[in-house]
Amino acid sequence: MNLAAQAAQTAQSPGFLSPSGVEVAFLLVGLVTLGAAVVSVTTKQLVHAALWLVVALGGLAVEYLLLTAEFIAWVQVLIYVGSVVVLLLFGLMLTKAPIGRSPDADSANRPVALAVATAAAAALVWVVADAFRTTWIELDGPARGTTGVTGEILFRHWVLPFEALSVLLLAALVGAIVLSRKKPEGERD
Amino acid sequence: MNDALDVAVRLLLVFVAFLVLPLVVGQTEHKVMAHMQGRLGPMYAGGFHGWAQLVADGVKFAQKEDVVPKDADRRVFQLAPAVALLPYLLVLVAIPVAPGSVGAVVDAGIFFALAVMGVGVLGSLMAGWASANKFSLLGGLRTAAQLLAYELPMLLAAASVAMAAGTVSLTGVLDAFEWWWVPWQIVGALVFFVAGLAELQRPPFDMPVADSEIIFGAYTEYTGLRFALFLLAEYAGIVVLCGLTTVLFLGGWHGPWGADGLGWVWTLLKTAALAFVVIWLRVSYPRLREDQLQKLAWTTLVPLALAQIALTGIVKVAIS
Repeated sequence: MNLAAQAAQTAQSPGFLSPSGVEVAFLLVGLVTLGAAVVSVTTKQLVHAALWLVVALGGLAVEYLLLTAEFIAWVQVLIYVGSVVVLLLFGLMLTKAPIGRSPDADSANRPVALAVATAAAAALVWVVADAFRTTWIELDGPARGTTGVTGEILFRHWVLPFEALSVLLLAALVGAIVLSRKKPEGERD
Repeated sequence: MNDALDVAVRLLLVFVAFLVLPLVVGQTEHKVMAHMQGRLGPMYAGGFHGWAQLVADGVKFAQKEDVVPKDADRRVFQLAPAVALLPYLLVLVAIPVAPGSVGAVVDAGIFFALAVMGVGVLGSLMAGWASANKFSLLGGLRTAAQLLAYELPMLLAAASVAMAAGTVSLTGVLDAFEWWWVPWQIVGALVFFVAGLAELQRPPFDMPVADSEIIFGAYTEYTGLRFALFLLAEYAGIVVLCGLTTVLFLGGWHGPWGADGLGWVWTLLKTAALAFVVIWLRVSYPRLREDQLQKLAWTTLVPLALAQIALTGIVKVAIS
């Protein structure tokens, strides 16, 4: 069977056997992401944990790209790698994070954390796999995740959750301002 | 096969531009600063007005010993210059020079450019932490504080252009460009340019590398080629920032005449003029103090950017 015919057959009836190149890349990047995430929670070196987090979040961005969700991928890089991790590193630098191992970075919560993480992962994998079992993304056709498509779906079908989220964020912002404006001792309103 | 060749040629051209343009900016800085200060600048290397000075500097850097401090975190220390430099190469790929002449068309170009530029700062943070040096750590802290303050106005100013053009693609912005966008978006342009300067840590926003206070900030412990890579990252950053400002706010390849064949000349001219302004600011203004830096970002640039977005929205609704 020649290559074109094989590709055509794969496109007609997608299956777990005979994966395409993109699917293989998706799996490999997923493994790297998972590995980086595991290292970032198990390493004893605090700043290394933050840097492995960069790898994990960047890997997620690549996964979005492979699923043609370009806009989401760049937002992921902008918000998580560019801002959240920088904020994390900023905080770590203020705490005098040592170079090398931090012996006191181990907490007694390890088994509980492992149990919660495993339960959360199992629930997520089960729900996602069950919900999208028979749904396939056509990667060869026109891109499904371009900025235009994402914007239309977000502001036509998901406007209410979007606005609710923005109100939630605003509340968090106001709360942060209120908490950080502590009055010095002895000062009255 | 032709497509692959086309992509390869484009990427090669971008790479050549990445190697040449920062050096041109660096040499221009030598000469412009010298003349503004009533001296000649480098005159010997290469013969004609010292044109080969930066090449000679590169050879000098390559010969120096590559030292890693004993207490430093070796791998992070060695990786940092690459993390600082590579993002600018990636952004350069997405900047359109003339109609059809772009390294790679990116659908969400504005987001791509700003996101990847933000990653470059991680290099400075890694260097600042891994050097095991208090000056470096202070430099890293100041870098992070500066990025957090100036990322927001930069993004808001870029969002204003995206609203005006109705697209976040860099080529799409240029396709939609009209000449009256320049006065319309001028406040956004200023905010974007100033915030970009701060993100590159160029004077007057060079608090993170203030040599009279913290030696050279996050780069204090670096020698030889790795140090040269950090310097190269700064100049590549100037090229990228000026290119982005040109594309977003100054109309890129559009010009009063010759838009068909000479688009790339307009892009390069505008970028060069902006790079000159960057150098000019370095010799004209004293360094801002840390609190002044934060104040400028949060009380001036963010409100200005928000006002620009409001103006863009009003005009957009009025003309549609």
